[in-house]
Amino acid sequence: MKVLVAVKRVVDYNVKVRVKSDNSGVDIANVKMSMNPFDEIAMEEAVRLKEKGVVTEVIAVSCGVPQCTDTLRTAMAIGADRGILVETTEELQPLAVAKLLKALVDKEQPGLVILGKQAIDDDCNQTGQMLAALADLPQATFASKVDIAEGKAQITREVDGGSEYLSLSLPAIITTDLRLNAPRYVTLPNIMKAKKKPLDIVKPEDLGVNVSPRIKTLRVVEPPQRSAGTKVPDVATLVAKLKAEAKVI
Amino acid sequence: MTSLAQVLVVAEHDNASIKGATLNTVTAAAQCGGDVHVLVAGANAAAAAAAAAQIAGVTKVLHVDDADLAHGLAENVTAQILAVASNYSHLVFPATASGKNVAPRVAAKLDVGQVSDITKVVSADTFERPIYAGNAIATVQSTDAVKVLTVRTTGFDPAAATGGSAAVEVLAAVGASAAVSFMGSEIAKNDRPELTAAKIIVSGGRALGSSEKFMEVMTPLADKLGAAMGASRAAVDAGYAPNDWQVGQTGKIVAPQLYVACGISGAIQHLAGMKDSKVIVAINKDPEAPIFSVADYGLEADLFVAVPELASVL
Repeated sequence: MKVLVAVKRVVDYNVKVRVKSDNSGVDIANVKMSMNPFDEIAMEEAVRLKEKGVVTEVIAVSCGVPQCTDTLRTAMAIGADRGILVETTEELQPLAVAKLLKALVDKEQPGLVILGKQAIDDDCNQTGQMLAALADLPQATFASKVDIAEGKAQITREVDGGSEYLSLSLPAIITTDLRLNAPRYVTLPNIMKAKKKPLDIVKPEDLGVNVSPRIKTLRVVEPPQRSAGTKVPDVATLVAKLKAEAKVI
Repeated sequence: MTSLAQVLVVAEHDNASIKGATLNTVTAAAQCGGDVHVLVAGANAAAAAAAAAQIAGVTKVLHVDDADLAHGLAENVTAQILAVASNYSHLVFPATASGKNVAPRVAAKLDVGQVSDITKVVSADTFERPIYAGNAIATVQSTDAVKVLTVRTTGFDPAAATGGSAAVEVLAAVGASAAVSFMGSEIAKNDRPELTAAKIIVSGGRALGSSEKFMEVMTPLADKLGAAMGASRAAVDAGYAPNDWQVGQTGKIVAPQLYVACGISGAIQHLAGMKDSKVIVAINKDPEAPIFSVADYGLEADLFVAVPELASVL
């Protein structure tokens, strides 16, 4: 069984982004870029399934600018067998990415597609569900445990207030929550090995997908800043202030 | 806009009652203009449908009842929404675990983009939403005929739960997916308010040191304040608190009247989840902790002393 894993190149988790002075977006020039953390978890899960012998091939897919090849090499250093870059410099929104992935699902016929639940740049939380809809496959979002056996995926997923257990017929779409696994560190030998793994580049046109954005960004601004209040010397003063000044207790 | 807006809110409910997030979503829906209808898709959910009909501002409730809708599976709920979608200009969901699960599936089936986590309705097609963990606010315009939205509940006041008298229209179920089965769930039972709806939240960080200490120190304070309990990602990752207590970019987004952060340093991802709280109290022994930069009241102290003392004097 093949597994397809979608990986997105995003501004690194530790970078504090700045809004551009013309309010057209955030400034990502000369900023450290990394693989979306949830996608790293997705990649780790796919590689673990391969190590367990459940899966025979792990394919990493990234959609976007030519530099996404870096993200794909990282994916291959974690353990993907090969990579596919759907290369475009157009702005890609989740619906467009889902359509590109659907075209690759048709072509590769994976038994499972694993994606991060959301990207930490646009915070959309859409692509996995959209792909499931377009491919007409069952979905398990926010997965915290994945077991594959006998053509089924047994999934524990995180919901408000606790967990939910689903059984999905394969092929199926899974999106990862934070605590599904702890991704491994990539080692230098694996980085070197990843450089030799196959990486195909296709264009959205090759897949017959129109990626035109549906949502226009009109303006991006800084959020209202919250200013620091006062330090209080002790618990008694804190309680007095909460009662008399803030009136919240 | 060529025709008047007609908005469908997909209710969050537990079959017996309507969840609070639905009320905030109705408020956002009403701001899109036009009539607001509410879909209650569930099993033995007549009570939830009746409760939806009472929500102020709702003009019609669509009620579908079927065993296959008991657990809100995305595949089945999506089919139900698609059956009525053509009547609506806007399909609006709360940005809860269940709303986030279903909404994109609906949007893709309709071949429209989705606007996630809206915090403001600027006009019927233009919305504000946070990006980059709330470090920037984007104003976005949907160019699609149907707007599919999820609503960040902290961005909108709840609609009044009573005062409305909408008609309840019963619809037929459209059938279920055979590819997915619900096998069970484990939902924590407690008497505390829901994290996202609580007026007061007490939240603990990694400084608590263990799950025993977390409960021992934080629970009395939460009890005294009638508060919900939250945690930082570090505390959850360390196993001190359950996963669904996590407040932050990738956990729950909260905006209570009072947020008490104990032993939480205040990583930007945590701040993204609580900085819209009305009053923030930080208790931390590190004077440099970033949490103090957003706290209305900061107490530089050892939480193992200060938190029990606070609980005892309240």
